[in-house]
Amino acid sequence: MIQKELMTVTNQTEIAHNIYEMTLQGTLVNQMNEPGQFVHLKAGDEMIPLLRRPISIARIEQEKQEFTMIYRAEGAGTNALAKKRTGDFVDVLGPLGHGFPVEEAQPGQTALLIGGGIGVPPLYELSRRLNANGVKTIHVLGFQNKEAAFYTEQFLSLGDTYVSTVDGSLGEQGFVTDVVNNHGLKADIFYSCGPTVMLKAVEQLHAAPHGYISLEERMGCGIGACFACVCHPKEDESGTAYLKVCSDGPVFSAGEVAL
Amino acid sequence: MNRLNIELPGLSLKNPVMPASGCFGFGREFSQLYDLSSLGAIMIKATTEEPRYGNATPRVAETPAGMLNAIGLQNPGLEKVIANELEWLKQFDVPIIANVAGSQTEDYVQVAKEISKVDNVHALELNISCPNVKTGGIAFGTIPETAKELTKRVKEVSDVPVYVKLSPNVTNIVEMAKAVEDGGADGITMINTLIGMRIDLKTARPVLSNRTGGLSGPAVKPVAVRMVYEVSQNTNLPIIGMGGISSVEDIIEFYFAGADAVAVGTANFVNPFICTELIEQLDQYLEAHNVDHISELKGRSWK
Repeated sequence: MIQKELMTVTNQTEIAHNIYEMTLQGTLVNQMNEPGQFVHLKAGDEMIPLLRRPISIARIEQEKQEFTMIYRAEGAGTNALAKKRTGDFVDVLGPLGHGFPVEEAQPGQTALLIGGGIGVPPLYELSRRLNANGVKTIHVLGFQNKEAAFYTEQFLSLGDTYVSTVDGSLGEQGFVTDVVNNHGLKADIFYSCGPTVMLKAVEQLHAAPHGYISLEERMGCGIGACFACVCHPKEDESGTAYLKVCSDGPVFSAGEVAL
Repeated sequence: MNRLNIELPGLSLKNPVMPASGCFGFGREFSQLYDLSSLGAIMIKATTEEPRYGNATPRVAETPAGMLNAIGLQNPGLEKVIANELEWLKQFDVPIIANVAGSQTEDYVQVAKEISKVDNVHALELNISCPNVKTGGIAFGTIPETAKELTKRVKEVSDVPVYVKLSPNVTNIVEMAKAVEDGGADGITMINTLIGMRIDLKTARPVLSNRTGGLSGPAVKPVAVRMVYEVSQNTNLPIIGMGGISSVEDIIEFYFAGADAVAVGTANFVNPFICTELIEQLDQYLEAHNVDHISELKGRSWK
């Protein structure tokens, strides 16, 4: 069930260059039950910027009625969010969209989690849930450089973790797909989130028989009404079929969307 | 006491607040959030004869106190809108205003003829003002004689009253309003979006793949208020006013300008609960200001 709530900031920390980890508290957390869903936020009731900002959920802690998100401050909306301090309020609409199907990985199986940049956060809650279900997780995390990297230790505590950076300043030099190829990583299922170009390359890796990808797209309403974030399904004879990233996704079965 | 009920051609409204076309889909998403029967009416997304995918993304770009959109009339086509969307909407006690679009006169006529026969469609909104399609749309909404002729053709086949949605992208809005009045329109809805553009500072190219888009949101409200003010004094047609409404004060301003009812557009994207919140707050506002009925406020700016 989608709710709108003024949630309370209980933590705001800059964990990498322009990358913030923010924890929010409120009853809306009771509605969160899938990793990979997102929230649509507004710092306040200001008209500039006017629209909400979609941000993925990185960690859900039902017992504390808290969730954590990790975002990059780069525009007016996220910069306003970055100014928030403990005790301040944030206008939250959520949870939105369809998340990663955790139950698709069976206990005892291995899941490969591949994240790029600001696409890494939703994989954290996913990994926690997979591990809780007895699924072994392997993480491949890609960042621009060392300054932009985050959560590598947290992922390491959940399973094997490989890190790559474009400039080689942390981990292996190259892209996440290079890491998977170089180490010959194989799994029963893969889950991935990151820029579309990366997802396209990940789909072609064949590191697992099947998998799920989470798309990023510019959004308007976040609930499926404005038709801003549509994409083409791969199978479409009519040419007029569409999927909405916000409400049909953001998680899709690999191969479902024409990337 | 009911301060909010309004009678307009074809429409018995519980209250004068309705979501604007293109900002509410066909209502499904919002039905998860509140009871659609609480709305005055619903202006459904523009319907064309054939299904349309619309424009490539990016389709929206934010601007100060507003947004540009270039969706391009994406919709499942007349047949599916009638069979799936309007059928589904029948479970709610709310009149539907069907937004009708097309590329040429015959398209409008065909859609109007069929969709006006559906039980819960109580009025049509003729979309002669969409700025985001290459043919039709705004081409019909900027030449008075063309708008008049199209209105006349649609009126001939429609089973329900026809409202015409005016474009603000004209030199003389009163001339357009009079033209559709002459064509037999039963009412006017105004305004559609203002054509605008945003350019990406990194690439030096327009942000929207369609290059231009329609500007909406609080930024356009003064333009809309001015146009309602002018048109309401120069035609006898009822006006459903819209353009940047996001508060009760905005609704009152549209009434003072000369509107008979109002539609809420972009604000639904910012706060999906806005319509029901405004209906409640509007009643409280009228009570607090000792207004017996909302219609008393109409045109106070010029009366």
